[in-house]
Amino acid sequence: MSNQIVVPFGPQHPVLPEPIHLDLVLEDERVVEAVPTIGYVHRGLEKLVEKRDFKDYVLIAERICGICSFTHSVTYCNAIEHIMGIEVPPRAQFIRTIWMEYSRMHSHLLWLGLTADAMGFENLFMNAWRLREEILDDMEATTGGRVIQGSSKVGGIRLDIPDEKLGEMVDHLKSIRPLLEESNRIFTHDQTVRHRMRGLGVLSKEEAWDLGAVGPTARGSGCDMDVRSTGYSAYGELGFKPITFPHGDCLDRCLVRSEEVLAAVDLVERAVAKMPDGPIEEKVKGNPDGEYFAFSEQPRGECMHYVKANGKKNIVRHRVRTPTFTNIPPLVKMLAGIELADVPVVVLTIDPCIGCAER
Amino acid sequence: MSYITKSPWIIHYDGSSCNGCDIEVLACLTPLYDLERFGIVNTGNPKHADVFLVTGGINEQSREVVKNTYDQMPDPKVVVAIGICATTGGVFRECYNIMGGVDKVIPVDVYVPGCAARPESIIDGVVRALGILEEKRTKMTEKGGK
Repeated sequence: MSNQIVVPFGPQHPVLPEPIHLDLVLEDERVVEAVPTIGYVHRGLEKLVEKRDFKDYVLIAERICGICSFTHSVTYCNAIEHIMGIEVPPRAQFIRTIWMEYSRMHSHLLWLGLTADAMGFENLFMNAWRLREEILDDMEATTGGRVIQGSSKVGGIRLDIPDEKLGEMVDHLKSIRPLLEESNRIFTHDQTVRHRMRGLGVLSKEEAWDLGAVGPTARGSGCDMDVRSTGYSAYGELGFKPITFPHGDCLDRCLVRSEEVLAAVDLVERAVAKMPDGPIEEKVKGNPDGEYFAFSEQPRGECMHYVKANGKKNIVRHRVRTPTFTNIPPLVKMLAGIELADVPVVVLTIDPCIGCAER
Repeated sequence: MSYITKSPWIIHYDGSSCNGCDIEVLACLTPLYDLERFGIVNTGNPKHADVFLVTGGINEQSREVVKNTYDQMPDPKVVVAIGICATTGGVFRECYNIMGGVDKVIPVDVYVPGCAARPESIIDGVVRALGILEEKRTKMTEKGGK
């Protein structure tokens, strides 16, 4: 047996903007084992529920993560609304769905860019981020914020989108659709991309299931798992179908995301076509009393918010389980047996969001 | 204009940010905002960097990392605290694991408020930091001359 050496990776490193630490045990160039250490961005925000009014806490729930921000606030609102028995008006549900799909588009484009950057494909990185700015323009025009929106509230939404703006959004998406398809073609067909990602970091369907993979990581291994199939918010009325790929390697995880960008464009178009009229919020009276598990499909996978309340204006317990946290065991499995130079690409394919995972 | 103001290199570290400011820092480097037109390059190595961008408040784990990164940077250097969390702790200031803004650990030259800080204000902050960097450099050369 050859000598083993340990290479520390992180917390301050050029691959990700966020800190994570991995101890990579190497035999020559091959990774034998990866030991993750987390906790660099732990803030302890779940504890803040004891100090904040449950309605104000929506804004803090949104700041769990700056990328899936809107989805976090909606999931928290869903939990409170179920406890209090609030019927959210259909128009609010549809607009929430539209914003959630916009979040997904911007998150996936961001990820596609970062992956291209990790492969050394600078041009593709810039291209993906240029397209992402087009999505953020509409996000900013309708909510006022680029990455942190603050437009969801308990009982509905803060802002309505006028019908003519909805039409403009669809036109804008139609105009950038060919550009998105072009960028997807590069990920599907380009030799450089295939060479770096095909057959790398394989996670079989059984392993994905056993290790608790969620989101695009699970769907890239052929697991048909997507919380949107349960039809929360307005997904039930939009005819949603999960996208899966069978091989479980880095390329398939990448293709799931690039296809989901186009699927999100379709979902937004269908949501605008079916947009109901009516109020955008329901009056909230009293305080919540009870507990609920709310689930949602974030860009990174299944996310759970547990809320327990006892009839006071402060909530007793708020617990979040985020997709990155559940995807770390599959990541450790993927890393075993690959070469050191491939580590950045494989780490990125689970779309790690450390801000979410550590809160 | 000196060599530094023509091509300052930046390094970015996430103290305990929610990611919002981090991706806005990255967005500054991409085609729409394009910080590279000022000759600014994002580096991962503290020994190459002139400007230190920190996002998020400081917690127990990140305190040493921020301090180490700062100590490794060559003089003259400037620190830009990006986002309200890096400035004062922001919405998380009452969290048990947050010590407060970046200035609890290292000296900060420019504060860029906002949640999340917009790319325009980040660029503005960095450009201001370049002015301070130039001042520091002049002071250093004067001292060296004497």
